[in-house]
Amino acid sequence: MLKINNLHASIEDKAILKGINLEVKAGEVHAIMGPNGSGKSTLASVIAGKEEYEVTEGNILLEGEDIDELAAEERAHKGVFLSFQYPVEIPGVSVTNFMKTAINETRKAKGLEDMPAKDMLKMIREKSELLEIDRKFLSRSLNEGFSGGEKKRNEIFQMAMLEPKLAILDETDSGLDIDALRIVANGVNKLKSKDNAVIVITHYQRLLDHIVPDFVHVLYNGKIVKSGGKELAHELEAKGYDWIKEEVDA
Amino acid sequence: MSKYTEDDLREELKTKEYEYGFFTDIESETFPIGLNEDIVRAISKKKEEPEWMTEWRLDAFKVWKEMTEPEWANVHYKKPDFQAIAYYSAPVAVDPNKTLDDVDPDLLAMYKKLGISVDEQKKMNNVAMDIVVDSVSVATTFKKTLSEKGIIFMSISEAIKEHPELVRKYIGTIVPTKDNFYAALNSAVFSDGSFCYIPKGVKCPMELSTYFRINQGGTGQFERTLLIADEGSYVSYLEGCTAPSRDENQLHAAVVELIAMDDAEIKYSTVQNWYPGNAEGKGGVYNFVTKRGLCEKNAKISWTQVETGSAVTWKYPSCILKGDNSVGEFYSIAVTNNYQQADTGTKMIHLGKNTKSTIISKGISAGKSQNSYRGLVQIGSRADNARNFSQCDSLLMGNECGAHTFPYIEAKNKSAMIEHEATTSKIGEDQIFYCNQRGIDTEKAIALIVNGFSKDVLNKLPMEFAVEAQKLLEISLEGSVG
Ligand SMILES: Nc1ncnc2c1ncn2[C@@H]1O[C@H](COP(=O)(O)OP(=O)(O)O)[C@@H](O)[C@H]1O
Ligand SMILES: [Mg+2]
Repeated sequence: MLKINNLHASIEDKAILKGINLEVKAGEVHAIMGPNGSGKSTLASVIAGKEEYEVTEGNILLEGEDIDELAAEERAHKGVFLSFQYPVEIPGVSVTNFMKTAINETRKAKGLEDMPAKDMLKMIREKSELLEIDRKFLSRSLNEGFSGGEKKRNEIFQMAMLEPKLAILDETDSGLDIDALRIVANGVNKLKSKDNAVIVITHYQRLLDHIVPDFVHVLYNGKIVKSGGKELAHELEAKGYDWIKEEVDA
Repeated sequence: MSKYTEDDLREELKTKEYEYGFFTDIESETFPIGLNEDIVRAISKKKEEPEWMTEWRLDAFKVWKEMTEPEWANVHYKKPDFQAIAYYSAPVAVDPNKTLDDVDPDLLAMYKKLGISVDEQKKMNNVAMDIVVDSVSVATTFKKTLSEKGIIFMSISEAIKEHPELVRKYIGTIVPTKDNFYAALNSAVFSDGSFCYIPKGVKCPMELSTYFRINQGGTGQFERTLLIADEGSYVSYLEGCTAPSRDENQLHAAVVELIAMDDAEIKYSTVQNWYPGNAEGKGGVYNFVTKRGLCEKNAKISWTQVETGSAVTWKYPSCILKGDNSVGEFYSIAVTNNYQQADTGTKMIHLGKNTKSTIISKGISAGKSQNSYRGLVQIGSRADNARNFSQCDSLLMGNECGAHTFPYIEAKNKSAMIEHEATTSKIGEDQIFYCNQRGIDTEKAIALIVNGFSKDVLNKLPMEFAVEAQKLLEISLEGSVG
């Protein structure tokens, strides 16, 4: 599904990613953990194709294809989805209108007609039920005045609507209370299949109790410095990151 | 596939030609250039006007000669040479009685290019259209349905002949000849325009629509619109404008007068996309327009405008709230790109008691353009409990454009309640990336964000106009991200 080879990326000549190697196969869940500022969101943005970041070395393969030259929307059309750590507001554009546009633009890129309104409505109904979202919520302007938790739940609603192959969830758990966390995790689990993959970026074990990872990676100072199974997350929860920093810096 | 960068977008915008920039080769009759009493007389004679109209024009001309062009607006342009313009241009052989079927096929083809199939408009949208090409009103549809209700909807030239008592009574009462330089010029040389009268208690059953277009090079278009809604009546009026692209600047100086008598309501909507000039700022229409309405008791006037065109726009649709409990509204979207300059806004003059006005202005600037909102809220000493709410929002794209707001308030009555809110925002890279990540390309993302920003005003437009307006917003901002 995703293969990252020796990826180096920088912004404004400041190196942030310093040689990342990562392979994610279909059907897998990977967790990426690590202290603040270690480059987790940067990695997510680079995979999604944010232009401000410059890839200086290495490459990213999506289903075997080098996606370096692809614009962000083209990567999205190929099934890459990013649940943002800080979703932006778009005043005056309703969640529904935004989703309709996103789905139809993706269909257009694949040479398909617009989704019939009837199918769109059905899908909206199903997915909003899955995430226990009040449909009135979908008429509101995208992320405008949403609470932190509402923003995150809305991100996962969009993921459900777009049915991506590769979903990257960047600190989706922050801002969610326990009930919302359960709903969101439950939603992600329902969307999981043997054909898609999920990368979960988080600081906390509690999300990983619900979305159980096959692999856990620790990102520190732009590099993956440790990888392991789901027990690694428990260890980090208990001991923090200092012992890893010491190992690396030693 | 390569990335589609902002630079590519910018390049595409530069090479993108004005959608409506074609020139139709219809035979037309153009007066010699320049302006003097003889030309004014000739226009009046050509139009077979009665003596009083000729005299009215000549008076206006005398007033105009003594006036100078206003300079207070936040626009900079080379002043037109008023002696280098032809003041009359009409497609030849126009018979006011002919129906749409008799209209010059070239002309109909032109409407098609403009995206207005008159037939379709007629059938599907229930719209009566009065189309003004250059200066003469060519075809008026739906006349019969309207006349059954006693509604008069015709070109102003016809109205001068057929309803001289109405025209003579009201013309120039709302926008007096000496109101301003361009109004005086218009009064002297106006070539055509629309006239509309809704009788007492009649709700006009369809949207009335006029399509203006400047076709001939080196001509000015000076329409004159007079709309009278008698007591308790209602009318919704749509006005759309386009002009072909030309290197020289074309002058457009219109006057619109609205009269809403007791308990009457007028909704006046405009979609203006006169040629804005090319990417280097060459050519384009100078749009100097005076629009004003008078509200009697319990009357209401709403101005809604979507302004995407013209090189220079100077336009302040206003309401005189003379009657008690009368209501004035102004909803505006003004888009400027490249080297366009817009100075637009409104005046709400509160004279009666319990009068209310609402102003919502959305300015969108891109390229190297300048976009100014200029508004005056005036509360007279007898206007007890007058209320105004104004909201002016600006959206900027890139670092080279400007947005300005000039709100003026003059309150002579202590009971007045005036609220003003203003915001300025920029389309952020993060917003664009968010959309891109969901599969929406940059161009579509901008359209989406701009439509969201403009929603409050777009919602005020009649349905079929709103769709067209949305498309126009997209066209005029294509590739303008910075
Ligand atoms: N747009 C930017 N400009 C400059 N520095 C940035 C930018 N984005 C991220 N950084 C820097 O890159 C580093 C990694 O940030 P980030 O990827 O957000 O970390 P994480 O998500 O792991 O907390 C930080 O030092 C941050 O300050
Ligand atoms: Mg982060």
